[in-house]
Amino acid sequence: MVAEVKPRSLVIVQLSGGNDALNTVIPYGDGLYYDWRKEVRIEQDRVLKINNHLGFNPALRSIKNLWDNEKVAVINGVGYPEPNRSHFRSIDIWNTGESVGIGESGWLGRALREIDPNGENPIAGVNFGKGLPRALSCKGVPVASVSDLENYGLFPDIQGERSRDLALSAFSQIYGSAMAHDNVAQFIGQTGIDALKGADILRTAPAQYSSAVEYANNPIAQSMKSIAQVLTADIGTRVFYTQHGSFDTHAAELDTHTKLWTETSDAIGDFMEDMKEHNLEDDVLVLVWSEFGRRIKDNSAGTDHGSGGTAFVIGGTVNGGLYGDYPSLKETDQLEGDLHFNNDFRSIYSTIAERWLGVDPSIVSNGYFEQHEFISPLAYN
Amino acid sequence: MVSTSTELIIHLMNRAGFGITPDELDACSLMTYEDLVENLLNPSESAHISDDILFRDHVDLHASRSGVPAYWAYRMISTQSPLEEKMSLFWHGIFATGNSKLNNLRTLLNQIEMFRRSGTGKFDDLLIKLSQDPAMLIWLDNQDNLNESINENYGREILELFSMGVGNYTEDDIKECARAFTGWSVANSEYMSLMAQKDSIWPYGRIVWHYDFKPGIHDVDNKEFLGEAGPFNGDDVIRIICNQEATARFIARHMYNFFVADEVPVPQWKDTPPKDPAAIDTLVEAYFKYEHDIKSVLRVLLTSDFFKESRYQKIKSPVELVIGTLRLSGEYNDDSKVDSSIFGVIAESDYMGQALCNPPSVEGWHTGEEWISSGALVDRVNFASQHIGNPDNDGVKHILNRIHADLKNDTHTIGELIESCGNSVGITRISGDTADGVLDLFTQEEVQTNGQDTDIAIEDGTILRVLEFMVSSREYQLC
Repeated sequence: MVAEVKPRSLVIVQLSGGNDALNTVIPYGDGLYYDWRKEVRIEQDRVLKINNHLGFNPALRSIKNLWDNEKVAVINGVGYPEPNRSHFRSIDIWNTGESVGIGESGWLGRALREIDPNGENPIAGVNFGKGLPRALSCKGVPVASVSDLENYGLFPDIQGERSRDLALSAFSQIYGSAMAHDNVAQFIGQTGIDALKGADILRTAPAQYSSAVEYANNPIAQSMKSIAQVLTADIGTRVFYTQHGSFDTHAAELDTHTKLWTETSDAIGDFMEDMKEHNLEDDVLVLVWSEFGRRIKDNSAGTDHGSGGTAFVIGGTVNGGLYGDYPSLKETDQLEGDLHFNNDFRSIYSTIAERWLGVDPSIVSNGYFEQHEFISPLAYN
Repeated sequence: MVSTSTELIIHLMNRAGFGITPDELDACSLMTYEDLVENLLNPSESAHISDDILFRDHVDLHASRSGVPAYWAYRMISTQSPLEEKMSLFWHGIFATGNSKLNNLRTLLNQIEMFRRSGTGKFDDLLIKLSQDPAMLIWLDNQDNLNESINENYGREILELFSMGVGNYTEDDIKECARAFTGWSVANSEYMSLMAQKDSIWPYGRIVWHYDFKPGIHDVDNKEFLGEAGPFNGDDVIRIICNQEATARFIARHMYNFFVADEVPVPQWKDTPPKDPAAIDTLVEAYFKYEHDIKSVLRVLLTSDFFKESRYQKIKSPVELVIGTLRLSGEYNDDSKVDSSIFGVIAESDYMGQALCNPPSVEGWHTGEEWISSGALVDRVNFASQHIGNPDNDGVKHILNRIHADLKNDTHTIGELIESCGNSVGITRISGDTADGVLDLFTQEEVQTNGQDTDIAIEDGTILRVLEFMVSSREYQLC
């Protein structure tokens, strides 16, 4: 008897704006940290200790709980050669996996194309938020983008169920008919019907969902709840994407950073609890990343754009632990006042592609990169 | 039925502008087609209030506050010279420069202003201005193009993407071309790149880059380029490029793709013949006959039969869809109506796949069918139906009044209502399928027996629903 293999899902949480890595996983055992950070710093006694050198920011209590259960891989010093400190450019580099030229397609779009080459599943990739992150874009790969799951789809403003049903039925008539002699009209029609189908499937998710977990009422928590709803409905979505921010803390960092991380960390903690309740803990992987870290030296109450970041990979089957050396804070080891990266972010992509999604890592990560051990290699029976 | 001349005016304004409101259509109908084209090609002085007054009231639209895409959108919505903006958009799509790498919107705004001023002049002059444009130089790394060590990026792209297209020159030509552009650089580059690294320079924004020719790093030696030899500088290379037939063909095909009918994506042009080779020949001939004058080529294009016969053969780009819809709905069309909500509204175009000032790569956007994905289509339909379905918008109010005036009796047939609503939003040929779909909305008994001949009361609510559906249709995705 062949056991049915449950499809594995990937959830991306982007911390947009540039998360201050130094105040996320804090080198509290290094006196230099307190020398550089006169103001924007977390005192030793408040740090949630990992070992006698590193610890989490106290806002990451929920992630620390997952860490204690060995479900969190912390990847230190993540970046890429010749770091770019522009938000847009660096996000683009992370999204496409191309750090020198300008990338054409997104890494997750390429992964989805490998998973579903004919684009048959209109909701294989779903973004929760506005628009389409470039990470998901790839020619021929249909992706849905949902800002409000309960009201997702066409004509969200039409009030009343009957009016909306009438409108959708009219839309399907307009887009569904053949217009046989016109290829372009036919293509638009097919896309319209795909969109309608995707929306129909996605909208069924909340009704099927029940959980003892109560998510907080903030955007990231609500996004994680929507992801849980779609994931537990088992309707074929493999890649989920969402973001939270803005982590662009040039000023008043301590308050903002604490608030954003409390929200993010609790949302992820609740989400993993939810997955556990639904017996899906081992089938989901969460990647948390940010386009860059921030300057080692603070600018009074904030920090400016820097390089060298921290990423987390979280999931039931993750080999929890620290990956990569924590970059040195010595002046001679710095890169123009920033943490020196020592882990290419594409190593993370490569690991996830091959060991989690089971697709060609070189296509997804745009080349060959050494893989991490935070996921054990897939066992092929 | 709409008359042929009316249909042609709508077509012209869809392509050479951003659609047409019913009032504008009335005004245009008093002129001959040829005069309309001349007016588009030779716009009178802009009636805009000057920018410094605009920015006094709307400081967020200023380049120092990341307002450039919204500011440009405001110009497109409110302009009386739509072809000027359309041509800037045309060049922005070909000489695609992105703020993602530049991180300096003021410099990019200067480039767009340059397209406005020089976009319909002699192509040689435009290419020279482009090659001296600091946004372009930084975008393609030409400040690193030195006599001692060539950086080929600009030398390659000016041939491949900005003028001749692949297959018409050799790798050696690229190197020689790059050598000719050594020293075409930006002023104070060391200081500027230092400033770019210190990214925290609010509230005054980033300093603008300027062009500077640096003779010390310019390669003065002999070059061999496209069969000619000499100690060429960039100007010489551009003169040679602009005399090539390949250049004329490449630009003609771009104009055809933008103004006439969707072509296959640019990377396939080398191996796929043009949709209408005779049309390209006509434009190439005009390019040489009028000595590379873009305005003259445009005139030939807009008055040609192949243009007039190309209705509904293009998929609207997100910018065309968003700007066209807002011009119809009458939002943001003068400075008193501009507020911070314009940022969110213009961002809708990003969500649909076209972020002004941020093309995905130097190849620009892939157009035509590639604009339509399921996610983008949901956004397009929702955007258009929300803005045209809102009776609080001035333009929509006005359309309602006009339809009431047009359909004077209390009741008309559904067919008449559909036609009137379609025409109001620029759709002159409503397919039977679309009309049937709208009929579906009115599911009363009589509709099923009488179809489009069913009488219906002409009330605001009914008109709005039909209008919403007209802008949700497949026809509205096309122009």
